Amino acid sequence: MDKKRKKTENILESALLLFAKKGFYATTIPDIAKYMGMSAGNLYNYFPSKENLAKEVIKYSSDILGERIRKVNDLDCSTKEKIDKIVYSYFEMATQKPQHIDYFLRVYLSNKEVFKDGCEGMLCVSSFVTEMMIFFEDGVARGELRNQDFFSAFGLFMGYLGGFVFLNGEGVLQKSLLEYADEIATNIYYALKSNA
Amino acid sequence: MRRKKSSIVWIQGITCNGDSHSFYNYESMKSFSKDFEMLYHPLLLLKKSFQEIIEGEDAFDFLIIEGALSKDKSIIERFGYGMEDIVDALSKRAKHIICAGSCACYGGVFRLRDEKSIFGLLFSGKQKGGYWKDSSNVINLSGCPVHPSWIVDTLYALKENKKVITDEFLRPKEIYAYLAHHGCIRNEYFEWKVDCKGFGHKEGCLFYEQGCLGPMTHANCNKILWNNVSSKTRVGSPCVGCTEFDFPRKSLYETQTNMSLPQAPVGISKRAYYALAGVAKGFKIERLEKRLMDEDN
Repeated sequence: MDKKRKKTENILESALLLFAKKGFYATTIPDIAKYMGMSAGNLYNYFPSKENLAKEVIKYSSDILGERIRKVNDLDCSTKEKIDKIVYSYFEMATQKPQHIDYFLRVYLSNKEVFKDGCEGMLCVSSFVTEMMIFFEDGVARGELRNQDFFSAFGLFMGYLGGFVFLNGEGVLQKSLLEYADEIATNIYYALKSNA
Repeated sequence: MRRKKSSIVWIQGITCNGDSHSFYNYESMKSFSKDFEMLYHPLLLLKKSFQEIIEGEDAFDFLIIEGALSKDKSIIERFGYGMEDIVDALSKRAKHIICAGSCACYGGVFRLRDEKSIFGLLFSGKQKGGYWKDSSNVINLSGCPVHPSWIVDTLYALKENKKVITDEFLRPKEIYAYLAHHGCIRNEYFEWKVDCKGFGHKEGCLFYEQGCLGPMTHANCNKILWNNVSSKTRVGSPCVGCTEFDFPRKSLYETQTNMSLPQAPVGISKRAYYALAGVAKGFKIERLEKRLMDEDN
C-alpha cells in the first residue's frame, strides 16, 4: 500500500472512531487532526470537508463489512451456516471494532442531512447491501429461504442485529454479544427459512 | 440476367403454422420470389403434391423444417408418413437444412407435453441431441415465430455461399449475437430502474415487474423491428424470450424474482448487477417518474 493511501486509511479510521464516539457535529477536523498528530491544514489535503470525510467513512466501513459478508457468500455451505457466520462476524466486529456499527447507527442513520447529497439511497453502503442481496438471492435460489420482498428480509436480519448491538451499547445485556450469536442466528433462520 | 432460383421444400412437424404465417408476411416477397422457388409448402397449392415430393429423387437447395419433431407416428404423421420417412428422405436431397422457429430448434411449447418423445431437430431444450444427434448442414432460426427477415437473410447468405457464423445453438450470430434489449427504447428506464406498471404504457421498463426477458434473449427484434415498424417492448409488452431453449417459461408476464431480485442480464455477474441496480434505484429521477406526455405541463 502506498504512503498516501495508508495515510488516507489512517484518517478514515481515526475519523470513524471519533465520529462514532462523539457524534458528527461534536467532532471537528482539528479534533481528528490532533488525534492523528497532523495539522488540520494537511488533513484538508486528503479530504476537502468534514461532510466529505463523513461520506468516505461510511463507504470505507461498508466496504469492510461487505468484504466480511462476501467471504461468507463465497463459502460452499448451507444458508443456515451462512447466517451463523454472518451473525458471528457482525457481532465480532461490533465487539472488536464497535465504532463501525456505532458510526452506522449513530452517525449515518441519525444525521441523514449530512449524507443526502452524495450518499443517495444505497450509494455509500452499496458494497455491504450488495453482499446481502447476493446472500438472500442465493438462499431463495437454493430453496432454503422463503421468497419475499428483499427489504422485509433485510430489515428483519439487519434490524435485529443492529438493535442488539444497540442494546449491548446501552449496557443492558446480561451476556457478551458473541454469546448471543447462536441463538440469534437460529431465530433469524427460523424467521426466514423456506416452508417447503 | 437473373441467377438461377434456389429451391425450397418446407415441411411441418408439430406446429401452429406461426412460422409460416410470419414468413408470408415478409414485406419484399415479390423480390424474394425472383430468387427462390418454393417446391413444396403445406399451406400452398403448388405443382407437386406431398407424396410426389417425398417419393421424388431430385436434389434441392433448402429443406425448411417448421414445428417440433417426433419419431412416434401416433404423435405426428403427414399423409400416412411418419416424420422419420419424411425428414430422412428429404434431408438426403437437401443442400442446407433450416429449422424455422423454436419448436423445430428445441421442441418448443410442444416438447413440454412429452420431453422424451418430442424434440427439435438437433436439440431437446438445451440438450444437444434431438431428433438427430448431430448434422453438419443445419442452421437453427429460433423464435416464436421466427422473424421473416431471419429466414430470408439466412437463405440469401447461404445461396451466395457466404459463411454463416453460428452460436452454440447453431443460430447465425449476425442475428442472435444481439439481445432483444439492444435498441429497446426503454433503455433509460432500465438504467435507472424505473418500473412499468402495466402493459401498453409508453413509460417504464418491463424487466422488473412485467416479466420482460429482453436482457437475456438473443434476438435483434429491436434492431430490425417487426413489419419494419415496431417490437413488443416498444409497444409496452414484455419480451417473452421466445428465441431461447427454455421458451415458453411459466408465468410469462411476471418477473421471476428471488427476494424481489431479478435474474441478472446475460453474462453479467450478480454482484456487478445488484451493486449497480441497487445504487441506481436509490435515485429518484423525477423526469423518468412522469408521463412522457404530461397533460399538466
